[in-house]
Amino acid sequence: MTFDVVHRTLYRYSQPVTVSQHAARVEPRALAGQIVADFSLRIEPAPTLRKTRDDYFGNRVCFFSIHEVHSRLEIVARSRLTIAAVTPPVLSLSPPWEKVVELFSDPVSPEVVEPYEFVFDSPLLRASETLAAYAQPSFPAGTPLLSAVLDLNRRIHADFKYDRVATTVATPLEEVMEKRRGVCQDFAHLAIACLRSLGLAARYVSGYLRTRPPEGKPRLVGADASHAWFSVFCPELGWVDFDPTNNLLPESDHLTLGFGRDFGDVSPISGILTGGGKHDVKAAVTVSVL
Amino acid sequence: MSQTTVEPQRPPLIDLLAGYPRERDFFDEAFSTGAELLPHYARFVEAIQKLGAAELKRRRESCRRLLHEQGITYNIHGETNARGVEQPWQVDPIPLVIAPEEWRSLEAALIQRATLINAILADCYGPRELIRSRRLPPALVFAQPDFLRPCHGIRPPHDTYLHFYAADLARSPDGQWWVISDRTQVPTGAGYALANRLVTSRALPEAFRSCQVHRLAGFFRDMQTSLARLALRQADNPRVVFLTPGPYSETYCEQSYLARYLGYMLVEGQDLTVRDDRVYLKTLSGLEPVHVIFRRVDDDFCDPLELRNDSILGVPGLLEALRAGNVAVANALGTGLLQSPAVMAFLPGLCQHLLGEELKIPSVATWWCGQRSARQHVLENLDRLPVRPAFRWDAPEPEPLPELSAAQREALARRIEFQPHLFAAQEQVELSTAPSWGPDGLRPRPVALRVYLVAMDGAYKAMAGGLTRVAAASGLHTLSMQHGGASKDTWVLSQEPVEALTLLTAPGGGIELRRVGNNLPSRLADNFFWLGRYAERADATARLLRGAFSRFTPENTAGALPPLSPILQTLKLPAGEEDSVAAASVSESDLWAVVFDPDRPGSLRATADELQRLAMFLRERTSNDLWHVLSTLAERLAMPAGTLGLLAGDAVGLLNQTLLSLAAFRGLARENMTRAHGWRFLDMGQRIERSIHLCAFLDHALGSPDADNPSVLEAVLEVADSSITYRGRYNLLPNLGTVYDLVLLDDTNPRSLLFQLNQLVKHFERLPGERENALPSPGQRVLLECLTALRLLDPRDLNRLQSGWQESDVGKVIQQIRLQMPRLSDAIAASYFAHSTISRAGGSADL
Repeated sequence: MTFDVVHRTLYRYSQPVTVSQHAARVEPRALAGQIVADFSLRIEPAPTLRKTRDDYFGNRVCFFSIHEVHSRLEIVARSRLTIAAVTPPVLSLSPPWEKVVELFSDPVSPEVVEPYEFVFDSPLLRASETLAAYAQPSFPAGTPLLSAVLDLNRRIHADFKYDRVATTVATPLEEVMEKRRGVCQDFAHLAIACLRSLGLAARYVSGYLRTRPPEGKPRLVGADASHAWFSVFCPELGWVDFDPTNNLLPESDHLTLGFGRDFGDVSPISGILTGGGKHDVKAAVTVSVL
Repeated sequence: MSQTTVEPQRPPLIDLLAGYPRERDFFDEAFSTGAELLPHYARFVEAIQKLGAAELKRRRESCRRLLHEQGITYNIHGETNARGVEQPWQVDPIPLVIAPEEWRSLEAALIQRATLINAILADCYGPRELIRSRRLPPALVFAQPDFLRPCHGIRPPHDTYLHFYAADLARSPDGQWWVISDRTQVPTGAGYALANRLVTSRALPEAFRSCQVHRLAGFFRDMQTSLARLALRQADNPRVVFLTPGPYSETYCEQSYLARYLGYMLVEGQDLTVRDDRVYLKTLSGLEPVHVIFRRVDDDFCDPLELRNDSILGVPGLLEALRAGNVAVANALGTGLLQSPAVMAFLPGLCQHLLGEELKIPSVATWWCGQRSARQHVLENLDRLPVRPAFRWDAPEPEPLPELSAAQREALARRIEFQPHLFAAQEQVELSTAPSWGPDGLRPRPVALRVYLVAMDGAYKAMAGGLTRVAAASGLHTLSMQHGGASKDTWVLSQEPVEALTLLTAPGGGIELRRVGNNLPSRLADNFFWLGRYAERADATARLLRGAFSRFTPENTAGALPPLSPILQTLKLPAGEEDSVAAASVSESDLWAVVFDPDRPGSLRATADELQRLAMFLRERTSNDLWHVLSTLAERLAMPAGTLGLLAGDAVGLLNQTLLSLAAFRGLARENMTRAHGWRFLDMGQRIERSIHLCAFLDHALGSPDADNPSVLEAVLEVADSSITYRGRYNLLPNLGTVYDLVLLDDTNPRSLLFQLNQLVKHFERLPGERENALPSPGQRVLLECLTALRLLDPRDLNRLQSGWQESDVGKVIQQIRLQMPRLSDAIAASYFAHSTISRAGGSADL
């Protein structure tokens, strides 16, 4: 299935900005099952300098700087993506979760050196015994890894309320745990931190959802903005995605932008301004089926 | 002629070394186990024996004075005070002496270690073979906050990641040297080593000469050469800057000292900007390219765009400039990775693998809990081994073993089991002792040595010397400067006579004559400007206060004395010419508050504090004398709040002293500063502030119903510091027309308003960029308006009025200029200091 994505971000500044430098991660990466047929990025005012490359995690990143005085900045990313529907793995055939933890213990098994990067604390996420305890009921001894993760995914969806105003980009996980509210970013973070607290490798995926559901299906939550979910590493199968916000395994409605250890690694737009005062930001995403 | 054999000189020997209690359990640097003086200490001991105890004591005092004059300090961070307290740097004049052969083996071992560390860094930030082949546990890289992912793949010039390296060494009772920590990120203290050498060689010149001590200058010259070679495409005249975290950093003073010695401009992150992937210095006359950055800012603070986005110390876009190869940073960003002691356990194996050699100097025994066997050992020895975080190990000094209760031990064990890779334990090293200064002669004190190395054409060179730190007492093994330890010079002896070398003149070749210094960064111009403004503010406030205190007697409180009210008004105290109750409510303690209250805006104390702060920012651009004048001023005013015992007479004395300090400051600024932009902005600040204060006071004076009263006019002359001039010129009682002419329009009076404006016009003409424009700049426009209005005045008009002087033309122009001067200040700021605050733009959250 082919999709057209328009991701528009608009900044307005209370005071003029004299110089700004930004990093934008809004170009979808090519993946097995995801072909990027077309991509364009429009930035206004036009940057003095603009360069695109792959970052450490292999995500596409565009660095741009604007040296003219400006009080608004608009970034419009358009992509055309073709997604091959994934057949979900048979979860119950995955190895017992303790065996996977064992692979990551000293000495590390050579096959997991690459995913090993995603076992440790990252700038926004710290493992804790509290999080391990929260995850524990989904992980009885000997449970196949992916069945356990599916259950954790379900419990997060059941225990936490989707609430757009309860949290911000900067809300720490402890507060999310306490309030039992949040948005997709918080739920993905929570699942990742839980899995890492058990000694498993998990990563953060940022992307989009199709805006209008297929006939007879409900509209997915988070469809009009950028979305986030998580991946867990399973030997032989590789990385398997879960969407706790919608309590499902992504099939063909999830379009991937990129992944990293947490939101900080894939934040769609980050920047440093000289001047600018206060700013407000509006982002809108439209994903249509071609 | 110096003697080459040690003659037994019994009497003085008893003076200095008698009662040198050799501590049996430790290695001593000067005495063998048989209590015999080791040969390499012989010449030194001989030389100081000749001096004798009394002379040595005198020399130690001179050492202290020299440090004070050089302004060498260290910031101690208190719990409540993030800014820290400046402490004098403590130097023990008795150096640590190292024998030539001992040094040769240490040097070779440390060169090997630096080479090894660099090779490991190159692999971690490059191919990562060591991880794949499991020679280095992946957790040591991936779990470390100091592994900077955005820096992976950025190759520094010559693949030198570790440009500058320091190792902390200690010697165990068996005489073996151990590395207790590796300093791979921003090694500190080389400047202190230099300062120690300076004061010690001056305090003990005889000993220094007779001992054939290796000079340090060669190392710093190598540093200069190797940093210049880092410039990639601009080999001709590369600009190297010294990037500092700023005056609140613990070692700011050392950084400033070192930058000055190396001849680099000391800059902060906000002085630099990245345009088109190139780094530039923001100066008054525009952007100037920077090719090499020698940094003291921590790894992850260096680029808020790609690293820690809350950093205000870095340069946004620096990483892209590095990737483009347009700038080099030493050390390369990310080198903090190998500062973790957890790495130490793997060095012997990695040395074999990477260099094909045995590791020449051992590291102190370290157990990193990320390894199963080490974890087991630590858990079994929790009562004996101090456990600390494995990463971000920033305090390497051995600390006393914490006494853990059984419950605490259990909790710790649990945390180790939960995230073992975050913990490590290290054996405590017994430090060796060395002869150190004591009031009754030389005493053994525990010492540790920090040695510095610099990369030079792909190899390393060591500083023949180092920073020796001394514990505060013999039993103590804490060496932290934060805890009252001292330091001493390190004398590495040479077998041959040493060549004298200094960096202060260029070796050979002609010297280019220069009339202007390096271009001034905008931030410093800003600081100079405000230094001028605050100095003048302090002066005006002190004059007003002196005027008030000298008139303020118990009989006079009720505003009975006309001159008092304009003074009190200008000081923003209720003066109440209509309301005598309000005037009565102003008490002497209110006046004291204007002197001493640090929280009162505009108080003399607050202004002096601000002056001292600005002087600190300008430390490397101004003379030590200037710094001392302003520090002394701030110290004098930093008296305890309890001023009850003080009398008005004391106040006048104190204010006179304050005014003298400020006059000294102005004198130093006028006579000792070159007429470059720094001085220009300082003077402009002073002129603007003086105009503001003069106009404010004249406005209040003209508003007084007694404006023509000779006693009020006397006060005007006094505040405008023009009494003597007036008496010399007019042999009559002060009169409105003549007084106001003298303080407003007399352009031969350096205190008159016209004089200030004329000076400002002259400064403006010489500012960069002001002459190129056809139209006057906003600042010039303001200035010309004020000047024209002022010139057209005739103060004799005032004599024709009986009252309502404030409404006269003179009064109106004074008010106009009073309002316009702050606008002039803003216009200057907008044109020259426009490095407005940097902020970050977060994106929207994923929903």
